[in-house]
Order: sequence, then C-alpha cells, then structure tokens
Amino acid sequence: MKNFLALILTLGLGALILVSLANNAAFPAFGDVDTTDRVSDGYINRDTDGTVDNTVSYGSTDAESGPANIVTAIVADYRSFDTLGEVTVLFVSSLGIALLLGSTKQKRLELDFHPNFMLRVGSKALFGIILMTGIYVTIHGHLTPGGGFPGGTMIASSMLLLYLADDTFRARIKGFKVLESVAGTAYVLIGFAGLFLMGTYLQNFLPTGTIGALLSAGIIPIVYVLIGLKVGSEISGVIDNFLTEEAV
Amino acid sequence: MELSNLEFINYVEIFVAVLMVVLAFLAINSKSLIKSVMFLSSLSMLSVISFVLMKAPDVAVTEAVIGSGLVTSLFVFTLLAVKKVGAHL
Repeated sequence: MKNFLALILTLGLGALILVSLANNAAFPAFGDVDTTDRVSDGYINRDTDGTVDNTVSYGSTDAESGPANIVTAIVADYRSFDTLGEVTVLFVSSLGIALLLGSTKQKRLELDFHPNFMLRVGSKALFGIILMTGIYVTIHGHLTPGGGFPGGTMIASSMLLLYLADDTFRARIKGFKVLESVAGTAYVLIGFAGLFLMGTYLQNFLPTGTIGALLSAGIIPIVYVLIGLKVGSEISGVIDNFLTEEAV
Repeated sequence: MELSNLEFINYVEIFVAVLMVVLAFLAINSKSLIKSVMFLSSLSMLSVISFVLMKAPDVAVTEAVIGSGLVTSLFVFTLLAVKKVGAHL
C-alpha cells in the first residue's frame, strides 16, 4: 500500500512537472536552446574581447579574462565573490563537524573491517595516482574541465584511501588546519589586492596572457590552486573527524 | 522530439535515464543498507554519463568525485562503524 501511494505520488509529481514545463518559453526542448538570448552568450562574447570567431588556442592574447575553460572564467573570475561564499559554506560545515565530532585526544574508530594484503598494497599504489590526478585537475582548472573543488576532493579521496588501507593511520591534521587557514586568508587577500589595485573586490589584476598556456588568465590559476588546497585539507579534516573517536 | 528521427545517442540517453530511475527505485526499496549505498553510487555514475552527454564536463567531474566517490565511501564507513542492535536493520 505504501509503495502504491508512493508510485501514485511520484507519477503525479512527474506529470505536474511535465505539464508545467511543456510549451513553456523559459524551458525549451532538450537541445533546442537558442543560446544567443542567454546570459552565457554575453560572457562568451566578453571573454574574447568582443570578437567571437577569431579566438585561437595558443594564439589569442590579452582577453578580458583569459582561461580556455569558460566555466572557470565565470566561477573564478566574473563570479569569484560567489565562489568565496561557497568556500565559506564548506568551511562552516567542516567547522560544525569538527565541533561535534572532534576533541583533543582522539583515536581511530574501531571498525568491523580489517584491510587484507591486497587492499593495503593496492591502496598505496593508487594513492600516488589519485593524488597526482587531483593536483593536475587543480592546476589545469583554467584549461580543462575541473578545477579547485573537484581537484581538492580528489586529494581528499587519496587521503581517504590511506585511511582505508591502514587500521592505525592518521593524517597530521595540524598541518591541514594551517594549510586551510593560509589558503582561505590568501584568497581574501587576493580579493583585497584587486580592490586596491583595480577598484573592485577580486578583480583580475594580473596580465591574462595567451589563451591555452598554463601560465595565463591572471589570478584565476592562483585562486583555483588556493581553493583546491583549502577544499582538500577541509575534506581531509572531515574524513579524519568521521573516522576517529574520543580516546578514553 | 519526434520518435522517427531519433539518433543513436538519443537511445543511449533514454537507456541511461531509464536505468537511473530503476536504480533510484532499488536504492530506496532494497532491504540491506549497504546494497542501497551501492545502488546510489551506480546512480551517481550514470548521472555522470548523462552530464557528459549533455556536454557539461565540469559538472561531470565534480559528480564523479563527490557523488560516486566521496559520499559512497563515507556512507560505507559509517555503516561499518554502526553497531547492530536488535533485529531490525
């Protein structure tokens, strides 16, 4: 009976969504969006100095905001203040978890699970690969899909793998906390540098360089590496809080 | 979208979408919690495929790392840490 009611409710809600979105001007059919009347088109035009069709990878220089990945241009440049808020949200949630679960003397949680030989060796082999992928994704955030948030989470996943592989392993959380505070403070300070040098908070004050080069796009790679470090250390701290308990 | 001029990629999209609905149903209704977590992880993996098909690689990378990697492992660790008390779990 419960399942039947749930099915009826789900079908009703699905029908409601379909009916309200069909033939709605704001929601065109899948793949039929006319991008020229969207906000993103304005960003695409602005991002290449007003001329859409002559942007060449490794050729165009001194665009208004120079990353090859347009999502990064919006996330870490035009809407960087929004990203600062996002980072703050993550900081507050990790602070809450540390308040609830953290204490001064801690030991590893006793799980009903002990890693065998294959898991220990395989995790140590995979740790380096995942860590390198995370660092790559973070550093190339302005050129390829990804960036600070997924890259930092990949770094934290490699830490999680170490926790999985060893019953007694604990990361040096003190260092992570210092790294997190330094990265967060540096982000805010870069914002103030933009305020004093260019007049707007978090404005890009470095030359944007050639599109596609690793050292391009001004402050965007710096900001994304800082976000990656902050997210990675924060989520590693959360993982440590989850997998430890108060020592008696 | 007319049914007559569907391309191969549309069939892939429909297959992924139907499989996602089935996996969501299984994740809600399975009796064992660890199986539920596994179904949820597969659901995230399929949503990664659908994000790639919708040409949103940034979202796909984030979903692959957070949705199907980190969240799944945290769920599994939490289930391992929870002690079984009583018969109903």
